[in-house]
Amino acid sequence: MTHLGYLIAGWGISLVVIFAYVISLFRRARSVAPRVPLDRQRWMTSSE
Amino acid sequence: MSTRKIFKRNQGATSSPKSRLLGLATLFGLVTLFVFAFFLTDPDVRLHPTTGEEIGQFDAVRLLYLHVPMAIIGPYVAPLVGAVASVGYLIKRTQWWDVTAHAAIEVGAIFCGLVLLTGSIWGRPVWNTWWEWGDVRLMTTLILFLMLLGYLALRRVAPDGQKQARRSAIVAIVAAINLPIINRSVEWWESRTLHQKSTLSELKIEDLTFFTLMMGIVVFLMLFTWLVLHRFRLGWLEKESLEQDVLTSIEERRSEATVNEEGTL
Repeated sequence: MTHLGYLIAGWGISLVVIFAYVISLFRRARSVAPRVPLDRQRWMTSSE
Repeated sequence: MSTRKIFKRNQGATSSPKSRLLGLATLFGLVTLFVFAFFLTDPDVRLHPTTGEEIGQFDAVRLLYLHVPMAIIGPYVAPLVGAVASVGYLIKRTQWWDVTAHAAIEVGAIFCGLVLLTGSIWGRPVWNTWWEWGDVRLMTTLILFLMLLGYLALRRVAPDGQKQARRSAIVAIVAAINLPIINRSVEWWESRTLHQKSTLSELKIEDLTFFTLMMGIVVFLMLFTWLVLHRFRLGWLEKESLEQDVLTSIEERRSEATVNEEGTL
């Protein structure tokens, strides 16, 4: 395979950045959620 | 804390059964896209008509399946959703619209940054340059990226509340003016860009390449939706938390006042 370094850099950086963002979202949500009553978290009280 | 624990404990924060289903479908889509992009599609190799020499992008073309889907979401879909939600906020003045705009623009800024980065990485083997200051599409995308960062900065520095939401909404709408300019830049300034005109609309690419590219666009749209959904719920939690803090403070002041009154009596 040619240009392997460019492919690893392009795909690798993108996936790592997105994954890191997901982790940061989850961590922030986990720290804020306990301060909010369950009845104010609409997706937790919906009929899903 | 391990990643597994973070995912598991998030089940009670911003996840719901439907969002988990979307997340799993997106993950499956990303893995499938990766298999198609790296193992099933062919590299771009053509023969020079006169010399017979092999020319083309070779395996560098596999960046197409990443860069183009992100280039549709980062500089187009996300700012558009942000601008529409901002207009919605200016009309309705409800938190739902404000939090939606913030979520779309934050996720859009990440995709927009990645578009510039992957474009630069792709440009080095294909155009023999990391960056071209004279390229109008690059410059207009960079301007949009800076505007999205400006929006996010404004949300941090401005005082919280309606004033912050109103100012941010205006910035989001102004940023959206850039979208048609980015889109038409390769037509309007044809001689001042390394980017080619649209090959998607004229079906100038092979079947499997086209299929993989379409799959990439769908998968990244799913990823965008999933990220915005979680970012929206986080934003909602933050607003609710702030309100809860205010209510708690008021309650504390009231009970302090009651105690003081009883003490005086």
